[in-house]
Amino acid sequence: MTHVNPVVDEPQAPVPPPRVSLAKLSRILSLRLLLGITTLLSVSIVIFAAVQFLPGDAAEILVGQYPDEQTIAVLRRELGLDQPPVLRYLYWVGAALQGDFGNSLTSGRAISDLIGTRLQNTLYLAFYAALIALPSAFVAAIFSVLKPGGLVDRITNTLSLVFLSSPQFLIAYVLVLFLAVSMPLFPSSADMRPNTEIFRFLYICFLPAVTLSAVSAGYMARMMRAVMLDVMERPFIRMAKLKGVTPNRVVLYHTLPNALGSIAAVAALVLAQLILGVVVVETVFVYPGLGQLLVDSVSKRDVTVVQAISLIFACVYILLNLTADLIAILTNPQILYPGND
Amino acid sequence: MTSSRTVTRRDVLRLSGAGAAIALGSALVLPSIAHAQPKRGGVLRLAFDSGSASDTLDPAIVGQSFKVTLSFGTLRNNLTEVAGNGDLVPELAESWEATPDAKTWAFKIRKGVEFHNGKTLTPQDVIASVNHHRDKNKKSGARALLKQIEDIRIDGDTIIFSLNAGIADFPWYLSNHSLQICPVIGGKLDVLSGIGTGAYVLQEFEPGVRASGTRNPNYFKTDRAFFDEVRYRSIPDSTARTNALLTGEVDVVVPADIQTIDLLAQRDNIEIFSVVTRSHQVFPMRNTDAPFDNNDVRLAFKHSFDKKTHVERIMRGYGEVGNHQPIAKTDPFYAEGLEDLGYDIDKAKFHLRKAGLSTVNVKLHSAEGLYPGAIDACSLFRESAAPAGINVEVVREPRDGYFANVWRKRPFVASFWRARPTADMLLTTVYAEGAPYNETVWSNERFNTLLVEARSMLDFSGRKERYAEIQRIIRDEGPTIIPAFTHYVGASSNKLAHGQVGSNNTSDNGRLCERWWFA
Repeated sequence: MTHVNPVVDEPQAPVPPPRVSLAKLSRILSLRLLLGITTLLSVSIVIFAAVQFLPGDAAEILVGQYPDEQTIAVLRRELGLDQPPVLRYLYWVGAALQGDFGNSLTSGRAISDLIGTRLQNTLYLAFYAALIALPSAFVAAIFSVLKPGGLVDRITNTLSLVFLSSPQFLIAYVLVLFLAVSMPLFPSSADMRPNTEIFRFLYICFLPAVTLSAVSAGYMARMMRAVMLDVMERPFIRMAKLKGVTPNRVVLYHTLPNALGSIAAVAALVLAQLILGVVVVETVFVYPGLGQLLVDSVSKRDVTVVQAISLIFACVYILLNLTADLIAILTNPQILYPGND
Repeated sequence: MTSSRTVTRRDVLRLSGAGAAIALGSALVLPSIAHAQPKRGGVLRLAFDSGSASDTLDPAIVGQSFKVTLSFGTLRNNLTEVAGNGDLVPELAESWEATPDAKTWAFKIRKGVEFHNGKTLTPQDVIASVNHHRDKNKKSGARALLKQIEDIRIDGDTIIFSLNAGIADFPWYLSNHSLQICPVIGGKLDVLSGIGTGAYVLQEFEPGVRASGTRNPNYFKTDRAFFDEVRYRSIPDSTARTNALLTGEVDVVVPADIQTIDLLAQRDNIEIFSVVTRSHQVFPMRNTDAPFDNNDVRLAFKHSFDKKTHVERIMRGYGEVGNHQPIAKTDPFYAEGLEDLGYDIDKAKFHLRKAGLSTVNVKLHSAEGLYPGAIDACSLFRESAAPAGINVEVVREPRDGYFANVWRKRPFVASFWRARPTADMLLTTVYAEGAPYNETVWSNERFNTLLVEARSMLDFSGRKERYAEIQRIIRDEGPTIIPAFTHYVGASSNKLAHGQVGSNNTSDNGRLCERWWFA
């Protein structure tokens, strides 16, 4: 197994010509960017419209169980809810473009204050989950393509499918039951304070991070496996195998580099999922992030906060999608290099 | 009046036959636990189902358990306080007296009480705190409570309230959780910082997430406030709240989840506390709509509601069977010996026939989440009323906007009333002719006369007689099915000890932090 000719062992990717068509690249990029902005604008319309359709408005919720028409009318005027929706939308988008999300309808606090630490907390948790999900999915995918259809492959396949199809709250409750209640290893709620130090954060947020990463890791492992298997169907891999390259080397030195672009794109998408997937996890683990604030604000009909958070989520999703696209473009020689039109 | 209890509460209700004897037994056993010597020290950690990023400490804005317990029972005080046994006792007012017409009330303000910032309590602070709710340009949950006040003035260390009508219950009004006394700082009433005279000094407050306070070393009640520190958390998810208690991350949860409370009660280290309140569930029948304009139909409906099963199944025993009148057993004016208008299909049929009907078809509107089991309660009524010829169609409505879009807009709905400080306030709000929240447009001349008479009467027995008649009138002619009174149910670590738990407000009348201690 060790007498392989090192010359034959070189990666088989074609040596690229040194000229990159900058004009084409910038055209593609600006088109993507424009598409992203258009998507964001349409999403903002959808968010605004959806929030309008919620039954009852903040004025009614603020007044509570004992509404009287006069108080509600005064409140509506105060909150600007008596203006026509189109005007309200334009005001909102105009201000949001300047980074001003306005004030919370119910508490009057600036939304940027309200969201600041919450967004930070959510990002921490999402990155923590990504740190668990990415390597485990990566390792699982590599082991399963080493011998497709083998025992390891079948086990990782089954496990990833189970994680992928389990609802997050179920995974959360199972983890809490075994690792917090039956065996008190971890706290059942993540009491995240403003100055929590890193090791304490890693400890108290372990269960939420694992819950959050389970679904994503399952998804990623399957995607990475598919991408790598796809690469392994290519002629140059067959060539390498025919030349007697060991299976391990085929995977690590030939397949992986060629699949890395697609894998990075998948990872970017999954990161977006992690950030958006916090609503359930934050509620179950009492984690003071953006998702919890969203649930709280929906129940209080604090539409300005709901809109701001939804817009932030949309931004994150579109941005990471854009990143995924960029990675795909930059790693795809067919797009990057001229002469293939 | 039920007192603080452990799990025996459920047994008491299950064995309703032997109920009285057991209740008496537990009442005899309790004092030995309740009067154990309180001990100083420890950190109390509480978890509430409420608490929102929109919370502030402004007492004018009505809050839920988290806010009420924090600002009303932990950081600040009122002029008067409802003790655990239901008596009204002095707090920041040392004593009070009224003129015989109950129109002028004088409250003597306690001397030498200090706010957390070192400022001494003055009558000016009290007046500004009361006026905070009377300002027409501001929203306040307590405005209606104070609308009879004509004038407030200071006489030395006494505050004199002049009312435009006699109110015998006026000192009770001042114990309301909105009427907290805040300090005047720099000529302005400070309602947001949390500075008060209360048992704990606010250390941190992150709305919707947490709050904490340390023991006030200068607290004027020397026999209260036993913990070194209290920490509040908001945990809206009931499973997460229960888990936090099970794993020892918190010591008290308010409320406990009724769906799983039996399992929780089986734990050795957990104690359930449950007190019957004046809050009650109602099914108002609007008097101006057929068939409810006929009292016989209303009686038929009352007779066909299976109240006992409702309490056992829907409320899982954590409720008290009502008698179609809104005055709770814990109220000093509760009329003992009023016969029960029970579940009786024959009587229901009889009243329907008397109204000239053999069957009635009605729609009953309700919403999931109105209270636990609000839809199931309606389905139960549908089943229990069917044999009498009453066909109920249960209509599901969205919980959001229910009180704006369904309640008072439909002739027959499910609803509830939260506790009011006094019988008079509830009756005046809900049953008086022309009252804005008279949800059934009910009007009864005798009732209205008695209500006004009793309101300004300082003689207790005279009032009691009138309220007894009122309760009979509402039971027999009233517009509302009142199947049950609800409980405040919470769970705590068994390391905690306490006296009789108050039933007027959530978490021991909001004062759990100053009344409880680690045994």
